[in-house]
Amino acid sequence: MANREAVRPTLLSLFLGFAHIGMMSFGGGLAAWTRREVVQTRGWLTEQQFLSGYALSQLVPGATNVNLAVFIGTQMRGVPGALACFLGLTTLPVLIVLGAGALYMGSNGGSVWLSVALAGMGAVALGMNLGLGVRLAFDNLRRIGPALVTLCIAVGIGILRLPLPMVLAVMMPISLAIAWWGRKA
Amino acid sequence: MIATLLKLFWLFAILSMLAFGGGAGVMPDIQRAAVETYHWMTPQEFLGMFAISRAAPGPGSLIVLLIGQKAAGLPGAAVSFVAMFLPSCLLVHALARFWHRAGQAAWREVVERALAPVAIGLTFASGLALMRATESELPQYAITIVGAAVFAFTRIGPLYMLAAGASAMLLARLIA
Repeated sequence: MANREAVRPTLLSLFLGFAHIGMMSFGGGLAAWTRREVVQTRGWLTEQQFLSGYALSQLVPGATNVNLAVFIGTQMRGVPGALACFLGLTTLPVLIVLGAGALYMGSNGGSVWLSVALAGMGAVALGMNLGLGVRLAFDNLRRIGPALVTLCIAVGIGILRLPLPMVLAVMMPISLAIAWWGRKA
Repeated sequence: MIATLLKLFWLFAILSMLAFGGGAGVMPDIQRAAVETYHWMTPQEFLGMFAISRAAPGPGSLIVLLIGQKAAGLPGAAVSFVAMFLPSCLLVHALARFWHRAGQAAWREVVERALAPVAIGLTFASGLALMRATESELPQYAITIVGAAVFAFTRIGPLYMLAAGASAMLLARLIA
């Protein structure tokens, strides 16, 4: 905690940090950029703090990456911090999306080549999200128990298409039990 | 006009509260409402907006701006933005305060360790679900899988990867 106090960022650096995340994340992949900026470059959070915040942001309904920005901002500097991160993340992208939307609605559907290029960028962005999962798994899953929890959630929701609340109602208690047991061992 | 704004507000406020695991999960519901229920746009226009929101910087859920803009101009965009983000942000803010107050409590350490594999599992799950929802061609799958491997095992910058993905997709279309 003392360590975190030492690097507690200013509102301006929160705003600029998340503006950077928002502007770099063409085609998605925000979580990967957020981890790079918040954990690796700036050291505001440890990997474990980032991961638990990321999990909670996925569990709360709504856009995960916006939730994550608000979560980190609140942890760092309360209400003003949450606002700084939210506005940093969204301000420029909102203006860009509205501008692009006005152009798109003014044209007649845009060019075919543009949409092909966009499809390629979208495919890469999806790959970045999956690649982040691979990297996080290599860095954090050292034991068989947590690795099986990850596998069950990925297969259950991603492939078998089971409802997320149901899967978590089963897997979250199991994961808690593993963590509790590992703590005492 | 007011009626449309109310419909937008209600639609996105409800959908944001149903978007467990991220905004991508309710994309089909957004499409159904915007195209079939309210006739704000054609299916092709929706696909174009989806591509714009994915390609533009920032969260993909900013697609709600485009739908609001199409349905009711700038006021529509503003109403949709507030409805989509305000409720979930308040919720996560309250959760973060509670989390912060827990400080170094023993249970927080245990819960944090329990949440790590959950976060990683959900990352894979949402990636797989999005692949199924938005990809239909072999080149797209190939680009996604190569992109995942490159991101996981190299330090190549994401902007180069995005450029390479766009080029690969254009090349695949030229050859096909």
